[in-house]
Amino acid sequence: MEKLINEFSIGLFFWQIVLFVLLLLLLRKFAWKPILRAVNEREQGIRSALAAAEDAKKEMQNVSADSERLLQQARAEREALLKEAREIKDKMIADARAQAQAEGDKIVRQAQESIEGEKKAAIADIKNQVASFSVEIAEKVLQAQLENKDRQLKLVDQLVDDIKLR
Amino acid sequence: MRTSLVSNFLAVILFSLGPVLFAKESSGETGGPQGTKEEIREYIAHHLQDSHDFSIASYTDASGEVVHWGFPLPVILWDNGLKVFSSARFHHGETVAEVGGNYYRLYHSKIYKTDAGGTIRYDEDQHPVNQKPLDFSITKNVVMMLVTGLLLFWLFTGMARNYGKNNGIPMGIGKFFEPIVLYIRDDIAIPNIGEKKYSRYMPLLLTVFFFIWFLNMFGLTPLGVNVTGNIAVTTALALIVFLVTNFTGTRDYWKHILDPLGDGMPWFGKLIIYIILVPIEILGIFIKPFALLIRLYANMTAGHVVLMSLIGLIFIFKSWVGGPLSFGLSFAISLIEVLVALLQAYIFTMLSALYFGFASEEHDHGHGHEHEEPELANL
Amino acid sequence: MEIPSVIGAGLAVIGAGIGIGMIGGRAMEAIARQPEAYGKIQTAMLIAAALIEGIGFAAIFAG
Repeated sequence: MEKLINEFSIGLFFWQIVLFVLLLLLLRKFAWKPILRAVNEREQGIRSALAAAEDAKKEMQNVSADSERLLQQARAEREALLKEAREIKDKMIADARAQAQAEGDKIVRQAQESIEGEKKAAIADIKNQVASFSVEIAEKVLQAQLENKDRQLKLVDQLVDDIKLR
Repeated sequence: MRTSLVSNFLAVILFSLGPVLFAKESSGETGGPQGTKEEIREYIAHHLQDSHDFSIASYTDASGEVVHWGFPLPVILWDNGLKVFSSARFHHGETVAEVGGNYYRLYHSKIYKTDAGGTIRYDEDQHPVNQKPLDFSITKNVVMMLVTGLLLFWLFTGMARNYGKNNGIPMGIGKFFEPIVLYIRDDIAIPNIGEKKYSRYMPLLLTVFFFIWFLNMFGLTPLGVNVTGNIAVTTALALIVFLVTNFTGTRDYWKHILDPLGDGMPWFGKLIIYIILVPIEILGIFIKPFALLIRLYANMTAGHVVLMSLIGLIFIFKSWVGGPLSFGLSFAISLIEVLVALLQAYIFTMLSALYFGFASEEHDHGHGHEHEEPELANL
Repeated sequence: MEIPSVIGAGLAVIGAGIGIGMIGGRAMEAIARQPEAYGKIQTAMLIAAALIEGIGFAAIFAG
């Protein structure tokens, strides 16, 4: 202890206080404050940049979720449209087919009817012609048969025989 | 640009300190192992002390004269008026310096007022009884403090400028010092003082840390300075910490010292305890910085003594075993001392921050007193 | 018989040495148990060691 007190130098103590306080004040003004301010600002900057990045990431997620949803919706819509179109097409085909069928049936029926008519007309015509031919033939036959007198008398006899009195 | 700045800086230091001086004096008795041991002991004692001239080396030349290699420093005395002269006039304690009709003599690195013959009278304990003038000399330690201060100022203002120029990104040496600055902020100041008030103490903590660290490191160079191992220097540092602690002390800090138990006990119960407790608390205010100053002083002094003793062993053994052995040992101790230099700066800063933390704490009065005070601070 | 104060100082240093050794050892154990608390343990260890060291130095200079 005694040695310590003996070693103690007032002059050095004085200089140390003066120099240290001076150094402290100078460094505080010209070094520590700017350094700490710069470091703090930089940290603040990093922190806000990180927060901004986080926000952007969230935003991106939102956007991508949105676009996903839109895509889904569009796909569904397209699906529905396609389905509808297919249905319409099917219906159109079916309709056309039914119509064609009906038209065809109608044509066939008319054809049949006209064929029937023609047929009837032809038959009637044939009948008439046959009748007239028959009459002609009968006339000729009768003319031929009744040319001599015997035969006429014979026939009258025959016919008189045929007639039975009832 | 930077290199020219460095060389200018060094040139200014060198030229401001005056010309290198070669002084000659007759050597004392040497020879014999006993003499060597004595010489080493004296040399270590001398090295630990401050000095009035900046000697870098000394040796005995062929004619048996001791040659000192270094330069003198200004001596400033207050003895019925300011007296300023060069320490070259002491001739390393060999001659009496006559200034304005007064005679002064250097004896064991201290200046005494003597008569013209330079006689020093002793008391029965072999202590000089001559009058000691107030000595404000620019000694070796003051020079080193100045150099360190200029170095710190140059380094850190440069660093601050680089931040400004480089958009807040450290450059050059700043890349090395920035993590240390951040460490002091994030691991010393904020945990001990608190987020709210730490910034007020940051300049002091940073200055103390770098000042002590740099001077500790200078102490390990062959310049042979022992600034932080000087009791006056550490006392000054601790005094600043003490003043700052107590002048920034909050109401709660003083309440804790003068009324440590608070409302937990009726006054008559407290009275008995406080007769013992309050003096201890008040003593604690002074013991804290005292421990701080003694710790730094003793650690650095002990390191220097061990190192120099190990180096001295080389000259005592003078053999091919002892030489390498003590060289290896002193090399290992040097490495440890590099660590100690940093560690002591760290501990000084750390404990200062702890004390500032106690001084600036504000209790949450709503919570009562269930919190535990860290009683570590009492020593 | 008077005991030289140097011996007392030596004893105090032995005590301080044991104390610092124990702090260091326990801190190692604590770090081994909780490596994530390394920083806090180290700080507390250094403070405690520094305080004991203070006592040791006080004893040396008193002796």
